[in-house]
Amino acid sequence: MTPARRISVFLSRFSWARLILLLTAPLFWLGAVYIVALAALLVTALWTVDSFTGEVRIEWTFDNIVDVVTGALYQTVTLRTIGVALLVTVVDILIALPIAFFMAKVAGPRLQRILVVAVLMPLWASYLVKAYAWRSVLSEGGVWASVVEPFGGQTPGYGLPAVVLTLAYLWLPYVILPIYAGLERVPNSLLEASGDLGAKTWRTIVSVVLPMLKPAIIAASIFSFSLSLGDYITVNIVGGASQMLGNLVYTNVGAANNLPLAAAIALIPISIMIVYLAAARRSGALENL
Amino acid sequence: MRNTASRRSAIFAALAIVSTTALLTACGTASGPGGDDGGLPTELGDFEGSVSILAWPGYVEDGSNDPAVDWVSGFEDETGCMVDAQAYGTSDEAVNLVRSGGYDVVAASGDATLRLIAAGDVAAVNTDLIPSYDGVFDFLKEQEWNSVDGQSYGVPHGYGANLLLYNTEVVNPAPTSWDVVFDGASAYSGKITAYDSPIYIADAAVYLMAHQPELGIENPYALDEEQFQAAVDLLKAQREHVGEYWSDYLKEIQAFQTGDSVAGTTWQVIQNVLEGEGATTAVVLPEEGATGWSDTWMITSDAENPNCAYAWLDWIASPEVNAQATAYFGEAPSSEAACDFRDDCEAYHAGDEEYASQIWYWTTPIADCVDGRTDVECVDYAAWTEAWSEIKG
Repeated sequence: MTPARRISVFLSRFSWARLILLLTAPLFWLGAVYIVALAALLVTALWTVDSFTGEVRIEWTFDNIVDVVTGALYQTVTLRTIGVALLVTVVDILIALPIAFFMAKVAGPRLQRILVVAVLMPLWASYLVKAYAWRSVLSEGGVWASVVEPFGGQTPGYGLPAVVLTLAYLWLPYVILPIYAGLERVPNSLLEASGDLGAKTWRTIVSVVLPMLKPAIIAASIFSFSLSLGDYITVNIVGGASQMLGNLVYTNVGAANNLPLAAAIALIPISIMIVYLAAARRSGALENL
Repeated sequence: MRNTASRRSAIFAALAIVSTTALLTACGTASGPGGDDGGLPTELGDFEGSVSILAWPGYVEDGSNDPAVDWVSGFEDETGCMVDAQAYGTSDEAVNLVRSGGYDVVAASGDATLRLIAAGDVAAVNTDLIPSYDGVFDFLKEQEWNSVDGQSYGVPHGYGANLLLYNTEVVNPAPTSWDVVFDGASAYSGKITAYDSPIYIADAAVYLMAHQPELGIENPYALDEEQFQAAVDLLKAQREHVGEYWSDYLKEIQAFQTGDSVAGTTWQVIQNVLEGEGATTAVVLPEEGATGWSDTWMITSDAENPNCAYAWLDWIASPEVNAQATAYFGEAPSSEAACDFRDDCEAYHAGDEEYASQIWYWTTPIADCVDGRTDVECVDYAAWTEAWSEIKG
C-alpha cells in the first residue's frame, strides 16, 4: 500500500480527521484575524506611552479609555461621526429605493442586466480617484459651482456637507444591491393583489412593499453606516478642516505615535457597530443577507 | 435569484472583512533602548559591502524614479557599499522604523532627532571621520536638534522654511506678516490653510513672540503652560477661518490653483510647482520669522555596517551630491560649496545666515525646556498632539 493510499484509507475511516484537516486553516485564519487582532487592540488600549521617547510601555491603566469616554473632544467627534454616518445612510436609502424599484419591477430583463452592471461599474474605479473627483467637482469654479451659479447657488465647498455627499456617492452601490435583491423577492402578484383591492401606488408601497423590504433596507444600512463610521480618507480629501473618528485614530498612530490612545479610540466605532448589529439582529435582518 | 443572493452574500462577506479590518489598528510592541554612545570610533575599518538607509522620499535616489536623478550608483561604485534604501512619510514613522532595527543610517528632521538621541536609537558621530563635514555651513553645526552637550549626532543635510503662501490676486496688499492667517484671518475666512501637524503650534508661538511679547516666549518649542495655552487659543480662533488643513503637499497645490485656499503656510517647493503651472501666488518670509526644518543624517546605534554608514554620511555631504539631493527635494543645501552645482540657491537663500536665523527649526518639544529655563516645566510633544486634535475639534 502506498503512503498516499494509506492516508486516504485513514481519512475515509475517520471522519473527525477529515473535519480537522478541512477546518484547521480557516479556523486559524479566523482566530488570527478576528479574535487575536481584537484582543490585541483591547490590550493595547490598556497600555501607556512614554511621552518623551514615544515608546509603548506595558503599564496597565484605564486612563486611555477614561480619556476617550469622558473627553469633550471625543464626544463631539463621536457624535459628528455618527451624524455623518446616519445622514449618509438615509441619503443612500432614499436614492437607492426608487432606483432598485425600477430595476426590480419596471425594467425588462435586458435593461435590468444593464442597470446592474451600471450600478456596479463605479466599483471598478479606485476609491481615491472618486474622492479626488468629488474634490474637484466641489472646488471653487468646479463643475458644481459652474452649474448652480447661474441660478444664484454656490458650491458647498469642503466640509461636512461635502463629506456626506462623497460618502453617499461612494457607498451607493452597496446600498442599491441588497435593496434590489430584496425587491426581487417581493412577488409581483402581491403588488397586483394590492392594486385589485383598491390600494393606490403609495398605499401599496407603504403597506406591502416597505414591510417586506425592511430587512433588506436594514442590511443595506449596515454597509453604508459601518463604512462611513470608519472612514478617514474622504474626510481628509473633501472634509476641509473637520475630522472624524477615523482621523483621530490615524493621527494618533501616524503623527502622535500613541498606539494605546488610538486603540482606545478605535473601540468607539467597534462598540457602536456591535450595538447596531445587535439591533439589526433583533429585527431579523441578518438572516436576510 | 439564487445567483443574486449568493453574490450578495459574497459581497457582504468581503465587505465585512474589509470594514472590520479597517476598524482595527495594529498593535505595537515596545523596543528597549539601544546601546549607549560609549566611545566614538576613531578610525574607519574596511567597508562591509552594504548599507541600509532610511530617509525622506527623494533623499536616496538611484535613478529608478528618474534616470537623470542618481547619486547612489556613484557611491556604490566608489565604496562597494550596496545601498538598500527605504522611504518614510512622517517623522513619527521614522522613529518607529528605526526602533524596529535593521537600519544603519537615518535622515531625520529636528522633530525626530532628539527623540532618537534620547532613546539611544542613534549613536554619536565622530565628525573627524567625515571630511565633507568641514564644508557644511557653520550655522547648521552643533544645533540643538543635531547635538547634545556639544557632541554631534550627525551631519546636516538641507533646510528650508515654512513660508507664507498667498494668492496675489486675492490677498491685497501683499502680506508681510503672519497676521493674515491669525488676527487678520477673518478677511479671508474659509480660505485660510494651515499645516496639519501638532508642530504647527510652534508657528502660532512664533507669531506670539512678536505680537504678545508679555508672554515672554523665547523659543517656540519651549512653551510653558501659559504660553502654550495662548498659542492654542490663537489656533482655535484661527480654526474658524481655516478652509482646510494640509499635510499632503499636492493637496495644497491644488487648493491654491482652484482658489479654495488663498493664504497659509507652505514650503518653497510648493511655490516652485505653482509658479511652474502659472498660478498667481507668491511666498514671503514674514517679518515675525518662521518655523522650518533642518534634516540630519544619523547613524543608528545598532548599525551593522558602521564603516559604510560613515562613508555615506561623507558622500551625501559632499558638495556635488548634496547639491543634487537638496535640489531634487527643493530645499537649501547644507554644504557651502554645493551652490557651485546648483543655480537655484538664491531662491532657497542658501547660506544666508540672516535668513536662516529667522527660521525656528523643528525641534521636539520636551518637558525640560529647550530654551534652557529650569524654573518651569514645558509642555511636551504628547500634549501638543492632544491639543492639536482639540484645536481641530
